[in-house]
Amino acid sequence: MSGKVFIPQDKLASALERLNEKVPVWVPVSQGADRWGIDFKPFRAGMVSVMDRQSTALPKEVIFPQVQTLMTFEYVKAPEDPGRVQLKLEEPPEAASALVFGARPCDVRGFFTFDRVFTEGPFVDNQYKDRREKTLFAVLLCREADEACFCSSVGSGPADTAGGDLWITPVEGGYVVEGLSERGGSYVQLLGDPATEEQAAAASRSQEEVSRQKVGSLDPSGAVQGQKDRFEDKDFWRSMVNQCLGCGVCTYVCPTCYCFNITDEMRHSRGERMRSWDSCMFAVYTQEASGHNPRPTKLERYRNRVGHKFSYFPEKYDGMIACCGCGRCIRSCPVSIDIRKVVENLKERSHACA
Amino acid sequence: MHAHNPYLPELATVQEVIGETHNICTLRVVLNDPEKMKNFQFTPGQVGQLSIFGVGESTFVINSPPTRMDYLQFSVMRVGEVTQRIHLLNAGDQIGVRAPLGNGFPFEEMKGKDILFVGGGIGMAPLRTLLLFMLDNRQDYGDITVIYGARSPHDLCYSYEFDQWRSGGANLVLTVDTEHPGWKERVGFVPTVLKEEAPSAHNRVAIVCGPPIMIKFVLFGLKELGFEDDQIISTLEKRMKCGVGICGRCNMGSTYVCLDGPVFTYSELRELVPEL
Repeated sequence: MSGKVFIPQDKLASALERLNEKVPVWVPVSQGADRWGIDFKPFRAGMVSVMDRQSTALPKEVIFPQVQTLMTFEYVKAPEDPGRVQLKLEEPPEAASALVFGARPCDVRGFFTFDRVFTEGPFVDNQYKDRREKTLFAVLLCREADEACFCSSVGSGPADTAGGDLWITPVEGGYVVEGLSERGGSYVQLLGDPATEEQAAAASRSQEEVSRQKVGSLDPSGAVQGQKDRFEDKDFWRSMVNQCLGCGVCTYVCPTCYCFNITDEMRHSRGERMRSWDSCMFAVYTQEASGHNPRPTKLERYRNRVGHKFSYFPEKYDGMIACCGCGRCIRSCPVSIDIRKVVENLKERSHACA
Repeated sequence: MHAHNPYLPELATVQEVIGETHNICTLRVVLNDPEKMKNFQFTPGQVGQLSIFGVGESTFVINSPPTRMDYLQFSVMRVGEVTQRIHLLNAGDQIGVRAPLGNGFPFEEMKGKDILFVGGGIGMAPLRTLLLFMLDNRQDYGDITVIYGARSPHDLCYSYEFDQWRSGGANLVLTVDTEHPGWKERVGFVPTVLKEEAPSAHNRVAIVCGPPIMIKFVLFGLKELGFEDDQIISTLEKRMKCGVGICGRCNMGSTYVCLDGPVFTYSELRELVPEL
């Protein structure tokens, strides 16, 4: 690794400009002056990165775009026989590399869930794999955990560096950045001057302090059994999900939600087959052409969502929970459904809930 | 591992379209790449995704057997957008095929046993592939009884093949819900005919596919005849998109119908999260 550098707060933009010349950088930026709605966007000169608050939406689309072309197709006349029509299929070009600057540990953790599904087979999603391998993460030491956060409850923590290539530690007057991976390390010198001993020590202190923090008090261990025990307990699920509007924002902002739809768009004789984010909270998600729906109401749909994260996924992938504890579903829910409460209550068979 | 783009279909040409009933047609399809067609391997019961580019994809069982590889056959009921469009196809038209997907029937384990097929309507399609496979390997199996029913004689698929099935060594019992002029076979619902036929459960596997209400009562009937849960096999249907266990929608708990199914024994089904 190439040591630690210090980026003064007022030099962050120019550091990112230098970095952006080497690799396209995504940064968390505010959508408006009131700073509501922080989103990851491709860096442009003049952008002000918001580094002191968790982003509203996450950098999911860097690797898993909201809409992505899977292939293009074109109907063409057969050259040797104009009475016949042939099809031409083309795969999209390979993705460019990218670096996400200021992702929080939970943002990176989310892709661990994706990795199991998209790259472990039996079928490998080559487009996902391509982008995943080409995307670097500069992880921010997270000092802004709030009441909705529970990353420490699901195997992560605010000082987690898993999956990171660079580590950003906010200190007095700026940021100390160090390399975590070889690829990440190669960009460190570019970002600033070597950190002074004091700055490096302050960063280490902060890292130690944050790594001792325990964010959240959820114990998800009994969820697999709880889901089985309570599966048919409709009163329980109804009480948990009664106020749900079915808006799907919990899935939209979720770093581990990967479900997608595949649709065709066509104009004249050519078109695209694309995938776009879908949500298990929508009725049409599972609705069959006959009209039959295996998950006809929000009760079944929410039960599946909780089950998938805390029960079905661990069953399939040796205990791994498909939740990174970022708390976005709780923070963004317009009717304040708290997935932690549902998981906790799952285990308490005898209690009437909510 | 399949390292290529798992969503990219093979281009294929429709060789023939057969009208089965007023809302079911059968497609015979050949992959455009002769090498790929020659090397195409699958297990009876595996499915394929048919693509109409510009409209979408849907999942259908390959209902021709692996022993007859002149073409791949799919039977399609007109229900939604894609199937609507499939029904407009003619010989020579270009489509996409992603196959084989899913698990298929455990035909090796059925060797040496008596077989009972119980099918209703379009539910005969997944049974046909296994039936023909067994008739092509007739010596490997004992008695093969097929109970196949539909609302009326006009709703039976593959009626032009029934004689071949019989001469190939299948005990074919056909039934329709109500009397029809000229109909010389059985009349009555499939579960009732099953009860009348009463095939012995001893050393026999039952493969059931049809509308949910038929399956429900056929299961009661099979229980009465002494069939155990692991002697009963069925195939499931779900709305699917990717077909390769990624997009998320066809799950029943941690089981994905597209990947772990669509073929399940009844004892396996009982263990699954009940979201049929």
